[in-house]
Amino acid sequence: MIELKNVSKSFDSNQVLKNISATFKPGITNMIIGGSGSGKTTLLKCMIGLHDIDAGEINYDGVDFSKLDFKEKIPIRKEIGMLFQSAALFDSMNVEENVLFPLNMFSDWSIEEKLDRVNFCLKRVNLENINKLRISDLSGGMKKRVGIARAIAMQPKYLFCDEPNSGLDPKTSIIIDNLIREITIEYQITTVINSHDMNSVMEIGDHIIFLHQGQNWWEGANTDLIKAANQEVNEFVFASKLMKSKFQ
Amino acid sequence: MFFYHFGKYLLFLKNVFTKPENFKVYWKEIVREMNLIGVGSLGIIAVISIFLGAVTCIQTAYQLVSNLIPRDIIGVITRDSVILEFSPTISLLVLSGRVGGSISSQLGTMRVTEQIDALEIMGINSTGFLVLPKIVAAVITIPMLVIISMFLGLMGAYIIGPLTGVISGTEFISGVLRDWNSFIIFVALIKTVLFSFLMSSVSAYQGFYTKGGALEVGESSTKAVVYSSVLILFADYLVAQILL
Repeated sequence: MIELKNVSKSFDSNQVLKNISATFKPGITNMIIGGSGSGKTTLLKCMIGLHDIDAGEINYDGVDFSKLDFKEKIPIRKEIGMLFQSAALFDSMNVEENVLFPLNMFSDWSIEEKLDRVNFCLKRVNLENINKLRISDLSGGMKKRVGIARAIAMQPKYLFCDEPNSGLDPKTSIIIDNLIREITIEYQITTVINSHDMNSVMEIGDHIIFLHQGQNWWEGANTDLIKAANQEVNEFVFASKLMKSKFQ
Repeated sequence: MFFYHFGKYLLFLKNVFTKPENFKVYWKEIVREMNLIGVGSLGIIAVISIFLGAVTCIQTAYQLVSNLIPRDIIGVITRDSVILEFSPTISLLVLSGRVGGSISSQLGTMRVTEQIDALEIMGINSTGFLVLPKIVAAVITIPMLVIISMFLGLMGAYIIGPLTGVISGTEFISGVLRDWNSFIIFVALIKTVLFSFLMSSVSAYQGFYTKGGALEVGESSTKAVVYSSVLILFADYLVAQILL
């Protein structure tokens, strides 16, 4: 479980996050949504320690991650898997080497055990027999799936996904969404997804936080989202004609 | 601004030289980088060294118009110029373009495509993992390249001198061996190790802290080459002043 308590973050005089508190439970897909510039990416980067916060707490199962130094963060970081918007795969390595990389760095397993794990993870994301392909030879959807395979290689307790559907066609988006959800439930991972894709939100958003002007503006399930009595939430949710025609 | 970057560069080096998470993985990276930096640069170093040696021989001969000066002095001057200056300094200036630019653009691209963030989230010291192998590989392989460059530079002069008639082969060899002092090799290697370290670390620093996109990656590479070149020339002066 991840708990945020009054998290604030500024860049120079611009306060991007204002006293954000929230709880992300394991086994469900938690989503952070909001318009561009609302602070979603900053919040995610604060949660994974890429940005230091100015005030507040970020608790990973009771341990305040924000107060730890680089070395003290390592045990928690080993339990974190991250899927980046661009997948952030190492393009100097092939598919197998990418998934193998965290195992090589941190596990004492034999090479056979590591390769078994790599093959298991690739099979789990429905990618088989592509171990030796270069990253540049993969499609956008395949890159995301390799990214997920790498993220789950170390059996993480926490999974973060930054815009997992960006740049993907609707069909592939649904495949990626369902994959993240299945993995979350199967391994009881605390998953936090940063998204502004309403299809994803309605598909897999068990617990949603809506950010507006750096504040936790609304919180609830996707079924409550379409009934929210909140102007900013409604403007965001029903921005597209499809959503309007379907739910309004 | 200078002190800000100098302090940040020192902190960057402190992070680079921390205990690796996994020696085996680091060693593999060092070997890979040695291949890229060393073997990959052999061709360009061979070409510039042969021509530099040949040109030095011809231009030295051109300036020695008096018949009172023995011809083998061309060999002495060519030897000292090639070993002390051209092989370590000119080679490193060329390598700052080839290797330094490559290090900077590689790290810059990794930064803007979030690959460095991915390493940090995994709990890996990204500075150490990405930069240490490059510095170690540069400091090991570039002196080897420079030794090859010295040999090829002298070979270039030895071939072109008799071909153009400015000096005979025997006179050239006699000049190269005349008053031989192996201290010049020592000075040249000190220079090379220092320049290699400066070139690889400054280029890595420029690339590692790239912000933005493709344009900024290009800017970082340009800065890496310019700053490395200026620092190499400045260090060249300091070493010459102190050791010679």
